[in-house]
Amino acid sequence: MTQTLDQVFVIFKHWLLGYVPAPVHGIASAVLSILPVMIVFPLLFAITTLLERKGLGRIQNRLGPNRTGPMGLWQPLADGIKSLTKEDIVPFTADHMVHFLAPVLLVVAAFLAYAVLPVGRNMVLVNLNAGVLFFFAVGSVVELAVFMAGWSSRSKYSMLGAMRAIAQMISYEVPLVLASVVVIMQAGSLSTVDIVERQATYTGIFPHWYVFTPWGFLGFVLFMIAATAESNRSPFDLPEGESEIIAGYYIEYSGFKFALFFLGEYLGMFATSGIAITLFLGGWSAPLSVLTSIPSWAWFFLKLLTLICIFIWVRGTLPRLRMDQLMNFAWEFILPMALFNMIVAGLWHFMHPGAVRWFVCAFLILVPMVVLSALLKRKKKLQLRTYSFAE
Amino acid sequence: MEGPRLLGEGIIKGLAETARNFFGSYVSQQRLTTVQYPEERIPQDESFRNFPFLVYDGSDPEAGLRCVSCQICEKECPPKCIFIEKSKDKKPDAVGKPQFYPTVFDIDVSVCMSCQICVEVCPFEAIKMDVKYDYPTESRFAALLFDKHQLAKSNDYYHQIHPTEASAVDAALEAEREAAAAKAAAAAAKAAAAKPAATAGAPVASTASAAPSTVTPPSDTTAGESR
Repeated sequence: MTQTLDQVFVIFKHWLLGYVPAPVHGIASAVLSILPVMIVFPLLFAITTLLERKGLGRIQNRLGPNRTGPMGLWQPLADGIKSLTKEDIVPFTADHMVHFLAPVLLVVAAFLAYAVLPVGRNMVLVNLNAGVLFFFAVGSVVELAVFMAGWSSRSKYSMLGAMRAIAQMISYEVPLVLASVVVIMQAGSLSTVDIVERQATYTGIFPHWYVFTPWGFLGFVLFMIAATAESNRSPFDLPEGESEIIAGYYIEYSGFKFALFFLGEYLGMFATSGIAITLFLGGWSAPLSVLTSIPSWAWFFLKLLTLICIFIWVRGTLPRLRMDQLMNFAWEFILPMALFNMIVAGLWHFMHPGAVRWFVCAFLILVPMVVLSALLKRKKKLQLRTYSFAE
Repeated sequence: MEGPRLLGEGIIKGLAETARNFFGSYVSQQRLTTVQYPEERIPQDESFRNFPFLVYDGSDPEAGLRCVSCQICEKECPPKCIFIEKSKDKKPDAVGKPQFYPTVFDIDVSVCMSCQICVEVCPFEAIKMDVKYDYPTESRFAALLFDKHQLAKSNDYYHQIHPTEASAVDAALEAEREAAAAKAAAAAAKAAAAKPAATAGAPVASTASAAPSTVTPPSDTTAGESR
C-alpha cells in the first residue's frame, strides 16, 4: 500500500501509456512526464505569490490580501486575469524580436532546470549522469534572458538593471557551484538521482543527509545565500530595486510578458530550492526512517514549501544590500568559505568515521568563519561623512 | 567597537523579530492594528468635520430651516462653492421675526475645502459642519453638487454628531429667544405664543457632563460675538 502510494504517479503514467500505440510511445512518455511539471510548478507559483503577500503582511503586522474570495484565496487568479487582459506595450525604439524572446527564453530556461530534479522516487524526467552540471548550465541561460530584456528595451533603467543583474548573477554563480562541489566530492556522482539515493539511507532512525555534516551545513547555508542572489530575491534584489530603478531589466514590459518574467523568476527560485533539497536535504527521502510510509513526492514538496517560507521570511526581514556590499560579500566571504569548505570536505573523506571527525571538521569550519568575520569587520571604517556639494 | 562577532548574528536577531511579528499578529490584537474599512470604522473625534450642512428646527426641513439667506457665507467662502438664491417672500425665523429664506442653496462639495469659514461667519447658527466623509457617487460632477434638500439636516442630527457644540448653540439660541420674548411680551403677548417650541432643555443636561474637557469649538465663540 505504502509502495503504491509512493509510486502512484509512476503507475498512473504507465497505465496511461498502455493505451498509446507503440510507434509514438517515446513522445507520449515525454509529454506525460513534462505536462505535470508544466502544471504543478506554475500552480506552486500561484500559491507562493499569495503565501508571500500574506506572510509579508503578517510580518509587517498587516492582514495581506483578503478581499478576493475567502481569505483572499482567489487573489492569484485575479492577478492572472489582470495580467492577461492588460495592454502589452512595446517601446517604439525597442528591438521587437529580442524584446519578445527574452521572457520566453527566461521561462524556458527555468523549466529546463526541472528536467534533472528528482521530485520523488523514480520521478525524474531524465537521469543525466551529469545532472548537476546540466542544472547549472541551464541556470546560466537565465542571465542571457535578463540581458536580452535589458538591452532590447532601449531604456536606461532597463540597461542599468540588466547590468546590475548580470554582475550579481555571475558573481554568485561561482559560490553557488563551489558550494555544491562538496556534495559532488562526497557522493562521487553528478547524477541528481544518485546523490539523493546516497542520502536516503539511515543510521538508526536518522538519515544521511549531507546537511547534517559540518561541511554540508556550511555548504547548504552558502548555497542558499547564493541561490537568493541568483534568483534576485531580497536582500539581493538590486537588479529590480523598487526604490532605485523601479523594476530593473523588465521595466519596459507589461501585461503577460511581465507576468512571464515574474513566473520565470519564481520558477528559478523553486528550481534552485529544489536542487538545494536534492544536494543537501536528502531530496525526496524522509527525515526519519519511521516516516518513510509518507510518499517520497510529499516529502520533496514539503521541503520545497519550507524553503519557500524561509525565502519569504528572509525577504520580510532584511533590507536591500548596496552594490559594493553585495560584491564584497560574494568575493570576500562566500567564495573563500566555499573554497575552504572543499578542503574540509576532502579531509572528512579521508578521516575515520566518528564523533572525532565531526568535531574536527566543525572546528576547522568555525575558525575561518570567525577570522573572516573579524577581518571583514575590521575593514569597516565608521566615520562622519563629508559632503563636497551638499551643505 | 564591540569585539569580533560572527557574521549573521544580527540577521538571526532580525529573523527572530519578524517571526515574533508574524505569530504575534495572529495572537495579539494590539499588533494587528488594521481597521477593515468600510466594514469597520475608527470612532470619530467629536471635533471632526468635513462638509457643511444646513440645520433645521423641528421636523419640517422647509419650515424649520434656520438659514435666512443673508448670503454672508456665499461671499466669504474662499473657493466659492456656495450658491444661494434669495426668496421673494418671507417666513418667520427661529426668533419669530419674518425673514427671507433660500429658494436655492447649493454647495459643490467637490470644491469645498472644509475650512469652516461659512460656519464661523453665520450669525444664525444655520450652517454647521457634518461628519460624513464618504460620498461615493457614479457621476463625477452632478452628484457632488448638494442641493438644499440634501443639505438640510435636523437639529437632532446636529446633537448626535457634535453634542457639546450643539448644546451650547441651543443654549445661546434659547437665551436669544427669551430676550426676544421678554421684549415682545412688553408689547404684546401674541408674539410669545407664535415662538416655536424650545428643544434645548434635555440635551444640555445629558451632554454637559459627558465632555467637560472638550475644547470649545471656534463656532461657539463666533456665535457669541455676533450677538
